[in-house]
Amino acid sequence: MARIELEQIVKRYGNITTVHGIDLTIGDGEFVVLVGPSGCGKSTTLRMIAGLEAISGGTLRIGGQVVNDHEPKHRNIAMVFQNYAIYPHLTVAQNIGFGLYTSKLSKAEKQARILETARTLSLEPYLERRPAALSGGQRQRVAIGRAMVRDPVAFLFDEPLSNLDAQLRGQMRLEIKQLHQRLGSTIVFVTHDQVEAMSLADRIVVMREGRILQVGAPMDLYNRPADIFTARFIGTPEMNMLDATSESGRLNMGANAGAVDLSGIAGLPQGIGAGRPIVLGLRPQELTLLADGRNDFPIRIEGKVRVAEPHGSETFVMLDLPLGHIVARAPSTAAFKPGDAVAFGAETGSLRVFDRQTEKLIE
Amino acid sequence: MSDAAKLPPAYGAVRPGRIIAWTILFLGGIVMMTPLLFMFSTSLKSAGHVYDLRLIPEQPTLANYVKVLSDGRFARWFLNSTLIATIVTLSCLFFDSLVAYTLAKFNFPGRRLVFLAILSTLMIPTEMLVIPWYLMASKLGWIDTYWGIMFPGMITAFGVFLMKQFFETVPNDFLEAARVDGLNEFAIWWKVALPLVTPALSALAIFTFLGNWTAFFWPLIVTTDQSLYTLPVGLSSFAVEQSIQWELIMTGAALATIPTLAIFLFFQRYIVRGVMLAGVKG
Repeated sequence: MARIELEQIVKRYGNITTVHGIDLTIGDGEFVVLVGPSGCGKSTTLRMIAGLEAISGGTLRIGGQVVNDHEPKHRNIAMVFQNYAIYPHLTVAQNIGFGLYTSKLSKAEKQARILETARTLSLEPYLERRPAALSGGQRQRVAIGRAMVRDPVAFLFDEPLSNLDAQLRGQMRLEIKQLHQRLGSTIVFVTHDQVEAMSLADRIVVMREGRILQVGAPMDLYNRPADIFTARFIGTPEMNMLDATSESGRLNMGANAGAVDLSGIAGLPQGIGAGRPIVLGLRPQELTLLADGRNDFPIRIEGKVRVAEPHGSETFVMLDLPLGHIVARAPSTAAFKPGDAVAFGAETGSLRVFDRQTEKLIE
Repeated sequence: MSDAAKLPPAYGAVRPGRIIAWTILFLGGIVMMTPLLFMFSTSLKSAGHVYDLRLIPEQPTLANYVKVLSDGRFARWFLNSTLIATIVTLSCLFFDSLVAYTLAKFNFPGRRLVFLAILSTLMIPTEMLVIPWYLMASKLGWIDTYWGIMFPGMITAFGVFLMKQFFETVPNDFLEAARVDGLNEFAIWWKVALPLVTPALSALAIFTFLGNWTAFFWPLIVTTDQSLYTLPVGLSSFAVEQSIQWELIMTGAALATIPTLAIFLFFQRYIVRGVMLAGVKG
């Protein structure tokens, strides 16, 4: 196991720079998830760590050693690919054994390793099968097995679950997490799925356009997103954003003011100066449906139901405001009809305030 | 019965398009099979009955086979052809796919130019190349040697082209996974890429083997020593020796089809299996 240190890592293709000087330290045994929309440079960063892409600038250290110019095979890392990359012409045992290609173990020792790995991943009954005779989840486990078998210093996962159906994805997510808890290995995991990132990571790295926006524990990112992009990216449904202007400690919502009652709110961030254009962020989960006449929340939002989406355990309601709309969570017992006038309340503490120009959180 | 009723129409009813297709295929089959049947039939006739054009010989005899097989020259030519076609085929499978893999999976300056240059040789007919080949062989002392017969076919542009198309369909993830697992580039090609293109390799093996097994023009030109003749050249020398002995030529030709059939039947399985593999690839 080893630390991975990225220092001002840059990737250029000709004149186009896709990764702009990233700094990141991944601790020994840490599970770090790189997340972001497609084209944000997360896969490129992973491939530079693996040695599959040349590093255009900066320093990459694995276990304290600079490995910028090392071939992939000299970095002793293992990688799991999006489409598994297990070989259709080899059996499960041979596929797993491929990870030991360069190892100097004896044949019997290799065999023992393969068996042990297969046992860990519950692949024992399938050792002589070919990939064509396996399910998607089993194929993914074979790919993980090939990575595990040789005891690498770190595992790199490149969107390994995106080819699986939703149910299997959830199951594999749990298995990968358990595997990490058992092996205590350093893992760098790339995904565009924020649910995957939230549920797996010790730390999440949010990337956009080749830059790191924020690094932090999942709940830190959820509770204190550094900017509007991260705020919308983490959490489902995404955070509601409403434009406003600050006026000496109060908030002016323009035409929405009637719908969102912000009068007399105390405890707003001190950084809000007068006249500053801001964006208010409110998570759907932090809104509470108000029964008729109830008004015991500092923030009150009124609107008309546009559409209601029952999820079984809860119902998400989209409300039309004079300018725009918001989504709010309601108990699944509540019934909504389009056009109903409803009100939701929220605590001041759940309100996040962003600068409209810089898109950064104001604290 | 109820199961049959549920099948799509393609399996249940005979459509007019199928009848036309079958008819064309059947006629094509007859056109192709007739010469072969006559070859086989003639090989079973005695010299006096060769011009009796009945398909089933009146007095079938295996005497021609005994005669041809006991003639030492035939065995020698058969061996020559086997040796040459096998070596050239193995060479093509190895070098064509190595060049093709490099062109398909590595980015280097001039890659397209090299590929175009290789392709452009496909546009030059063999007849035009024979004289330069001959001059080259003669200067280098390759006339009347096995190498002289084989060298023009050791790498083929057609094979490079065919294999390149197939290598391009191999996902890069397979190669990169192997790279991360510590294989060197040659091992990646040999252990990972090649097994994934077995259908193409089989097709190339069949084409190359058949092409060299039946090659006539170049082996005829580059050899004068009878002991170096390939089977087609040897068989044609049967024809001109004294009088044309059709029954012996046909017997030799019938024997000559055996390896080609064997090669085809052997590699055909891999073509089918390869297609199936490609179909289920995750």
